[in-house]
Amino acid sequence: MRLFTPLRPDPRAFLAAANPAIKLAAATVLMLALFVSVDLVTAGVVLVGLLAAVAMSGLSPRTLAGRTWPILLTALSVGVLNVIFGAPQGGPQVSIGVVNVSAEALASAAGLGLRLAGIAFSGVLAMVTTDPTRLADSLVQQLRLSPRFAVGALAAARLMPILALDWQILSLARRARGASGQGMLGTVRVFFGKLVALLIGSVRRGTRLATAMEARGFGARQCRSSAREEGVRQADWLLLAGAVALALLAVGISLALGSWRFLFS
Amino acid sequence: MTSVAAQPSGWRVVDIVVASMLAVAFGAVFQLWNLWWNATEFIFPPVRGAVYGVWMLPAVLVPLVVRRPGAALYGETAAAVISMLFGAPWGLLTVVYGLAQGAAAELVFAFGLYRSWRLPVAILAGAAAGVAGALLDLAFFYADWAVNWQLIYSSLVGVSAAVIAGLGSWALVQALAQAGVLNAFAAGREQPEV
Amino acid sequence: MRPGESNRRCELTGAPAEAAPVSIQAEGWGWRHPGRRAWALHDIDLRIEAGERVLLVGPSGSGKSTLLAGLAGLLDPQGGDEKGNLALDGRPPREARDATGLVFQDPESQLVMARAGDDVAFGLENRCLPADAIWPRVHAALAAVGFAYPIDHPTDALSGGEQQRLAIAGVMALRPGLLLLDEPTANLDPDGAALVREIVAGVVERLGLTLVMVEHRVADALPLVDRVVALDADGAILADGPASHVFTRYGDVLADAGVWVPDRRLPAPPRRERPSSETLIMADQVEFRYPGSGVPALARTDVQVKSAEALAVTGPNGSGKSTLAFLLAGLLRPSGGSVVAGEALARGRGHDALAGWPSRELATHIGTVFQDPEHQFLTGRVEDELMLGPLRAGVERPAAARRAAELLERLHLKHLAAANPFTLSGGEKRRLSVATALAAAPAALILDEPTFGQDRRTAIELLDLLAALRDQGRAIVFATHDREFAGVLADRTLRLSRATGSAP
Repeated sequence: MRLFTPLRPDPRAFLAAANPAIKLAAATVLMLALFVSVDLVTAGVVLVGLLAAVAMSGLSPRTLAGRTWPILLTALSVGVLNVIFGAPQGGPQVSIGVVNVSAEALASAAGLGLRLAGIAFSGVLAMVTTDPTRLADSLVQQLRLSPRFAVGALAAARLMPILALDWQILSLARRARGASGQGMLGTVRVFFGKLVALLIGSVRRGTRLATAMEARGFGARQCRSSAREEGVRQADWLLLAGAVALALLAVGISLALGSWRFLFS
Repeated sequence: MTSVAAQPSGWRVVDIVVASMLAVAFGAVFQLWNLWWNATEFIFPPVRGAVYGVWMLPAVLVPLVVRRPGAALYGETAAAVISMLFGAPWGLLTVVYGLAQGAAAELVFAFGLYRSWRLPVAILAGAAAGVAGALLDLAFFYADWAVNWQLIYSSLVGVSAAVIAGLGSWALVQALAQAGVLNAFAAGREQPEV
Repeated sequence: MRPGESNRRCELTGAPAEAAPVSIQAEGWGWRHPGRRAWALHDIDLRIEAGERVLLVGPSGSGKSTLLAGLAGLLDPQGGDEKGNLALDGRPPREARDATGLVFQDPESQLVMARAGDDVAFGLENRCLPADAIWPRVHAALAAVGFAYPIDHPTDALSGGEQQRLAIAGVMALRPGLLLLDEPTANLDPDGAALVREIVAGVVERLGLTLVMVEHRVADALPLVDRVVALDADGAILADGPASHVFTRYGDVLADAGVWVPDRRLPAPPRRERPSSETLIMADQVEFRYPGSGVPALARTDVQVKSAEALAVTGPNGSGKSTLAFLLAGLLRPSGGSVVAGEALARGRGHDALAGWPSRELATHIGTVFQDPEHQFLTGRVEDELMLGPLRAGVERPAAARRAAELLERLHLKHLAAANPFTLSGGEKRRLSVATALAAAPAALILDEPTFGQDRRTAIELLDLLAALRDQGRAIVFATHDREFAGVLADRTLRLSRATGSAP
């Protein structure tokens, strides 16, 4: 169930208090830098910077680890897979167990793995420190997204834990009816059965929610005001500047060491 | 009870909210699917490519239900944003994928001038979303692969998406319509009178 | 749209300072939903004066919700057919939407925002009011309904009754002249229901609003209204007048149609010979805690489920009634203590905990009926639903088809054999969910809130059915808020109290 409720970071922490659109922009800057740089050093520096930023997130490292451990796993697998399926490369060989791999291939694969971890982690850090309502407000006020869509999505997102509960009850109900799937095929069938039931429930709730929202005037007028202001403060610009600085620093160090590799090379 | 749209082909409130609910439902399912995906991390990726299509379901299902321009892009992106908000392990990447896959499916529906909502279009849209996802994978994750592996992967993902996201979404919409929950939508009114 | 930057035009069309109560005129009004052959409502002639308080009653499917939606201006003329005339103070309802407020039955699907204050502000944002005009009205509305929590209190941490309180505040902040309530207490426990009635009474009294309320706990709603309008099953007006008049003349007709007419008890089932009782399920010091939760959902409990006996599990919200039902059904694994099958149920299978039984074995020994019948439907046809259980238990197809036919007959579902379970009415879905649990011929039947949201007719059918099953020798366990139902059916009652350190 804990996967389905937003985390509640300490609202006074720097990242938690920052403007959501700016955080998205900062994460995008880092993602772009990492997208084009496929070497170990750039990714490494960015990751170090991000890990340092955890202190400003308002969440305990343990909570964060609980949501982000899959990134590590994915990064590891990407590294391994790239070594296995990578185009063969000559040069000095390293032996791992029974396999001989070129050192260059190893470094390259490690770079890809860390790069992925950096891209993923920057986004995660931006999002788990963000309150959904503030995100919607920011998307409307800073990025000029349609208020009808942003608020509609926000209202639906509020029901996520309810849908998660529905999913659990659907599992219990299947056990009660003797329909808990056995084996691989059984599990898949049960999964899709539950998916259909969940979607039916979701559409029903959505229709009711839409009626209730319209009953309070949603969508009736062309304009819509906002009760909450989402501003961009000086500290937010500092955050963005910091992200840009980190990106430049990472690429700079990598260039200085001669290790920088462009994606399209 | 249905509401009048601002423009004749515009999104009504019920379109926006139901599209969002479907996106949220998938956001929730993706959280679970993420766990399974991560657990099978070290499985031969072409095999995983075969079930890849699950990620693209919103890009085809949402348009088939609400039948509005932008539904594919909105559905897939919203599912991605919501998944990201609740801590999906790939962070912003999720949204990048969502945008690309949604846009690819959207192009297919746009090509049909937003008038065709049947099985062939669904399959094509699914395939398009799949190929978009595969290309992003190759750019982000598997840049070092040999070209033939890249091609095999893209094809597998494309086919998986065509079947799971395309055919699967169409089947899901039929199930939803028969359950009587789509009465506010054109997709539901194609059922015989009760 | 920046706060403070609200469109000047919108400010001028904002709500008036004081809500003037609204009058209703309906002449020969009728409505048909798209895709239907029959009219949901027809020949509705109604005059409701400003400040009158009306209770709308009628059997399920009589169009009560449709009438409220029509008054609220939510019916789309392009999405259905309309006859006759419906007006509020002489204006069509679609133009008078700002003057009406509608409160719905399900608290969760009507709250929009994650924090209480934001939710009340939602309606004011839709009116395009500037932020500095919104917050004072939010505080005033919350005070008017007696909401005791701070404005940033999470909405998902509120009980059902408190959520409805918040929903009413959200509606009142818009200063309607007509307050419409569509079964506002149907999803609440008795305490929550009483709370909501108190709030409504207070608000209507103080502001003199016109009130039209649909409420199935009729007896409880009568003190809040002066007049009752009764609809018949076809959607026409059956009776219209003071409560005493309507229920004296039409009480029988309405009761037969399923309305909870006041002063009519549920008929007690006949007394029959029963076989002797044997213990089927034993729960010993069983306790349950959700993972990551500090507070137990169910405090240590001992209970035995016996055949030929009906056991009612009662208690306030949060005391763990549903949790206990699921534990007894072998669906949840206890955090502490044990739930095992007695010899009469296990019959040589061994006494392992029920939670460890394979799913197929469980279904043929214990049938579980969930609060929301839709959670249990697995197929697209009623008949297939009923055949599923026996087929999984290894019964041959022809025998399974026979059993399904028997159940269809017994539960009056024969005419729906080919229908999709999700399209059935509330009462039909409830009967089908009980039938699917019975199809595998279990020795025990466990039900979670069986009469939840049901009308009188379904409740009586359930009563007769469960009593008959019990008298045949099955064990019946039901978790319920419904005191009357428990009083008539139960042989024993287990009353749970909230676990220590009560959950929010």
